[in-house]
Amino acid sequence: MPEITFREAITQGLAEAIETDQNVFIMGEDIGEYGGAYSVTKGFLEKYGDKRVKDTPISEAAFVGAGVGAASVGLRPIVELMSISFSLVAFDQIVNMAANLRYMSGGQIKVPMVIRAPTGAGVQLGATHSQSFETWLAEVPGMYCACPSNPSDALGLLRTSIKSDNPVIFAEHSHLYGARGEVSDDYYEIPFGKARIDRTGDDLTLVSYGFGVRVLQEAADALAAEGIDAEIIDLRSLSPVDFDTVVASVQKTGRAVMLDTARKTGGIMSEIVSEVQERAMDWLDGPIMRVGAKDVPWPYNRGLEQDILPDADDVVEATRRLISV
Amino acid sequence: MQRARLDRAPSAPISFGIESKFEFTLRNAQFIALHGIDLCARIESFRVMEQAEKPRVSTTGIVRPAFTESTPVSPSTNGYNVKAAATLSNDLDNAELVRMYRLMVLIRRFEETCGQHYSLGNVRGFLHLYIGQEATGIGAISALEPRDYIVTHYRDHGHAIARGLDTNRIMAEMFGKRTGLSKGKGGSMHIFDAAKHFMGGHAIVGAQLPLAAGIALAQQYQDTDVVTMVFFGDGATNQGTFHETLNLASVWQLPIIFFMENNLYGMGSAVGRVRHRGADFSDAMGAYDVDVISVDGMDVVAVREATQAAVDRVRAQGSPIFIEAKTFRFVGHSFADPGDQYRERSEVDLWRRRDPLETYPQRLLDFGVASQAELDDIAASVDAEIDAAVEFATNSSDPDLSEAFDDVYA
Repeated sequence: MPEITFREAITQGLAEAIETDQNVFIMGEDIGEYGGAYSVTKGFLEKYGDKRVKDTPISEAAFVGAGVGAASVGLRPIVELMSISFSLVAFDQIVNMAANLRYMSGGQIKVPMVIRAPTGAGVQLGATHSQSFETWLAEVPGMYCACPSNPSDALGLLRTSIKSDNPVIFAEHSHLYGARGEVSDDYYEIPFGKARIDRTGDDLTLVSYGFGVRVLQEAADALAAEGIDAEIIDLRSLSPVDFDTVVASVQKTGRAVMLDTARKTGGIMSEIVSEVQERAMDWLDGPIMRVGAKDVPWPYNRGLEQDILPDADDVVEATRRLISV
Repeated sequence: MQRARLDRAPSAPISFGIESKFEFTLRNAQFIALHGIDLCARIESFRVMEQAEKPRVSTTGIVRPAFTESTPVSPSTNGYNVKAAATLSNDLDNAELVRMYRLMVLIRRFEETCGQHYSLGNVRGFLHLYIGQEATGIGAISALEPRDYIVTHYRDHGHAIARGLDTNRIMAEMFGKRTGLSKGKGGSMHIFDAAKHFMGGHAIVGAQLPLAAGIALAQQYQDTDVVTMVFFGDGATNQGTFHETLNLASVWQLPIIFFMENNLYGMGSAVGRVRHRGADFSDAMGAYDVDVISVDGMDVVAVREATQAAVDRVRAQGSPIFIEAKTFRFVGHSFADPGDQYRERSEVDLWRRRDPLETYPQRLLDFGVASQAELDDIAASVDAEIDAAVEFATNSSDPDLSEAFDDVYA
C-alpha cells in the first residue's frame, strides 16, 4: 500500500468525486486560483475548470447557504471553510438551513452537502482562529460530523461524506495535513458511527478523535513504559458516535480517560462519559477521567497556548489519578 | 398635489430633486424601453407615494428621506390611471385576470380563517398574516412557470396559495396535523412543497436569500432556463446575507429575481427609522449593478406585468434583477401584535382604502372583465374551499409520537 499524506488523501477523495459525479462541485474562499489555504485543491481549477471549482467571495453565510440551496435541488456541493472558526459567520445557514431543512419540510428535501473545515489550535493563531467547533456542530441533529485522524480514514470518510444524502461537517485538524500513512489502492469507504480501535490493550481505554488520537498514541507509549496497557479508540465521527465500541472496551478494561482537543467544558467527551457510565457502571473500577483544553479563549503566546492545549502528559497525569483512586 | 401628479403624462420621468432618484427613474425608463412594456402608468402611484416622503434632518445634520407616514394615491382613482389605460391589461386575458381575483379572495379568507382558529387554539406558534399584501404575491408568482423556483420568508401562506399548493394541506400544517405539507413539523413559518418547487417558508430574516442563490446556481450549473424568485421584506435588507447574496448573484450572474415586499415596517420598526436611506431602495442595488423595478404592490396587474418583464429577461439573459413592490400589511406583524403601537391609525386607514380586495374587483367590473354575479360565485367557491380545508385539517390526526424521529436524516 502506498504511503501518502493526510492532505493528499483528501485531495484524492475530492478529485475522484469530481471526476466520477457530474453533480459534485467544490466551492470556497481561495480554493481555485490560490489552490486552497492548505493547498488541498492545488491545480484543481486548471484541471477541472471554474464550473466545478468555484472561488467565492469572503461571504461565508452566502456561499454556505448557496451550497445548501444547490444541494436542495440535486447537486452535491463540497464547500470549504478556510477555518472551522469561520463557521460562526455561517452558523445560521449550517444549522437552520443545512441541518433543519429536511425535518421542517417533512422530509421533502435532501441536502447532500459536505462542509470541509480545518480545525484545531496549536499554531499561535489566537482566539478567533484556533477553535474546534466540530464539538458544537456534532450536537445538531440532521447533520453528520466526521473527524479523521489519519490519511486512510480521511479518504474513506470523505468518500462516505460525499455520497451521503445528508449534510456532513468534515473537520480536518490542521496539524494532520502533513501526516503520512498507508492508504489502500483498492476502493473502500468508512461508514459513520464506526469507531476504530487504534491499539488494543487490557488496562485502560483511551478515547479521542482527529489529532487527539496522535496525542493518545504518545500517551499510550508513555504508559506502556510504566506497565499500563492502554487501548486507544478513535471515534472517527462525532455524529453519530459509536458508543457500542467504547462501552465494550470499557467493559474489558474497567477504566477510561477521554480526550477533547476542544475546550473541556461542553466538549463531546462529556456526552460520551455520560453514556458510558449509564451503560457500563458495573464494570468501572474508577471514575471516567476527562482531559481537554482549559476553559479560556485561545491565547497567542506560545507558552500560554501550549499550556492550554491538552497533551500526552495531561493524559498520563489523568491516568495516574484514576489508578490511584 | 396628488391630483397634479396624477395629471402628468404617465411616461414622463419625474425628478425628485434628488440625484439618485432621478437616476432611478431613468433606470426604470431604460428598462421599460428595452422591453417595450409601459410600466409607467403602473408605477405612477408608487411615485406619488414617494413624493410623500418628507426630508428629515437627522442628528448628524444629514438630510435623509423619511418614511414615517405614507400617503397613498387618492382612492377615487383606485390606484391606476383610467385615462391612460384602455384595457385593464394588454397581456392578460380575462380568464387570467379573474383567476388572480380568486386567488386574492382565497388568500384573504384563508388568513382570516387562520386568525379565527388561532383564537380557538387550533393554530399555535407565531402566525404572520398576509392580509393587505395579496396583490403583491399573486402578481409576482403568477408570472412564473411551474418549473421556476420560489423561496420565501415566514409570511408565507399567501405565496403558497398563489403557487397553487393544496389549501387542505396548508391548513392541516397550520393545525399541526400529519396530513400537513410538512407532516405537522414545520408550522406556519415553514411551508414547503418541493414538487411544486416551493422551497419554503424560512423564518430567520434574510436567511432564505443565500439558499435561493444556490438554487439559481444549480440552474446555471445545469444550463436550464429556470428562474428562481426569492421573496423578502424591507427588514431583510439590513441583514448581511442580503448584501452578500446580491454580490454573489451579480459576480456569478445568477438567474434570480430578488423580490422585495416593502411593507414599510420590519415588525414594529418603520423602514425610515432603521435604514440609512429610508424607504428609497432605488440606488441601493447600484453597487451591485442589479437593475431595479419598482412597482405598486397594491396593484396586482402592475405587479404581474413588471414581474413578467423581469422573468422574461432573467430567463433569456440569466442575470439577476431586483423588484421592489411597495405594499402594506393591514394587520399586525404577527397575531400577537395589534399593529397599532408603531403606526398611526390614519396611515393604516389610508392604505386600507387601497385594499386590493376592494380596488381590484371594482376594476374588473369597470373594464367589463367580470360581472358582479361572477365575482359572487367566486367568493362562494372560495368559502366552500376554505370550509373544506378546515374540515380536512380538523379531521386529520396528529402525528404519531414516533414520527418525531422521522425525516431527521435522508
